[in-house]
Amino acid sequence: MKETEIAIVGGGPAGLCAAYTAAASGAQVTLIERNPLMGGQLNKQTHMFFGSEKQYASTRGMDITNILLKQLEPYEGQVQMINNTTVVGLYEDKVLSLLENEERYYKLKPKTTIVATGAFEKFLAFPNNDLPGIYGAGAVQTLMNVYGVKPGNKVLMVGAGNIGLIVSYQLIQSGVEVVAIVDAASKIGGYLVHASKIRRLGIPILTNHSVKEAQGEGVLEKVVISEVDQSFKPIAGTEKEFEADVMCISVGLSPLNELLSMAGCMMKYVPSLSGFVPIRSSEYETSVKNLFVAGDSCGIEEASSAMVEGHLAGLYASASIGKKHEQFVVLEKEYKKQLHDLRSGPEGEGIRRGLTAVERRSHND
Amino acid sequence: MRINEHPILNFKKTRALSFKFEGLEMEGKQGDTIASALHAAGVKVLGKSLFKHRPRGFYCAIGNCSSCLMKVNGKSNVKTCVTLLEEGMSVEMQQDKGDLS
Repeated sequence: MKETEIAIVGGGPAGLCAAYTAAASGAQVTLIERNPLMGGQLNKQTHMFFGSEKQYASTRGMDITNILLKQLEPYEGQVQMINNTTVVGLYEDKVLSLLENEERYYKLKPKTTIVATGAFEKFLAFPNNDLPGIYGAGAVQTLMNVYGVKPGNKVLMVGAGNIGLIVSYQLIQSGVEVVAIVDAASKIGGYLVHASKIRRLGIPILTNHSVKEAQGEGVLEKVVISEVDQSFKPIAGTEKEFEADVMCISVGLSPLNELLSMAGCMMKYVPSLSGFVPIRSSEYETSVKNLFVAGDSCGIEEASSAMVEGHLAGLYASASIGKKHEQFVVLEKEYKKQLHDLRSGPEGEGIRRGLTAVERRSHND
Repeated sequence: MRINEHPILNFKKTRALSFKFEGLEMEGKQGDTIASALHAAGVKVLGKSLFKHRPRGFYCAIGNCSSCLMKVNGKSNVKTCVTLLEEGMSVEMQQDKGDLS
């Protein structure tokens, strides 16, 4: 059986950063990514990041992948990157089952594993929500920004959070009309700077509105929306119709937690972290020994915090197998400070509250 | 429905790839996934749901949701949103759960 010291599941921002600090700590790393390219969802993000320079603010997401890969270059001999391979099993004896190119199974036995599987897009219940033409907002972003294909001609966006606002803007950049953005909440969830760009283009952002039904013969042709009351129930007589061949659903993400559940991690439903997440120590170890987590799979946040969590998980996982980074104390302090700064302020309130529900202080603290 | 002009991205001209969808000749580009090539050619319906046989398109485009499974070169349950298009591929809508041959 193939062996490694640290297996990292997922080559997105968290996984790439975990690979970096683990390699810099002296560990042998195997990084496994199910898609052809490393980088995860960074690859479709044509917008510039916010926040601090330390998490590459003012750099476009798609360029961050290359920065992170470059960081790994000096450790070529230590880091093996495997793409087109899905981890389909994570067992009690620490063995991982890998499926390569959907064809060949093989096993990998690491000393310790970091799960950095990311997230998937939530769905919304309404009549005919399965019509082709109704896509996740992130899916449309992939179609446009990675493959250069327009999703259609007229788009209705559901959700005025950052993803909904950013993807709406990117649709317009690709020459697609956005007829409206609707959100059931009474306020726009995303940053004002994104919302203002949309408003300046004359696209209505309808808060207190939700989708009543989709219509179409075989594919989406029309969307009926209505106003909703404070308990999100539709108000009769307030319906509006939009001709649209695409509807984007941008109502949040859920942690991709299957492997963690399979491994028997103690899980908890935490609404402010957007779903079932593992109970973990402040050193990112789950209730299963030698199983670490980082990024959206342990609570939905931004790519910036996923990168910092990855850095930390890489440090801790390496230390747990006796490969402690020479600068461990300094780096730990630095990354913890970065996370603290990212989560400070009113926007981080939900995350901070969520973390108190899942993070157990380890005895080293 | 390809993006021709974009303020940030520069989509390189790549080789055309011909493939068959339900027996019809289609054209995609090198670098396309099967689903992106079909979508660019105007094909949104990729299959039928298992029980009520309602039309199915892709949903997540990252290989997660199974809404885009099709039969490719005779092999069932291929995730067409993450499988790269190849010259001469035969792509079909799959019946029910597909077969294991």
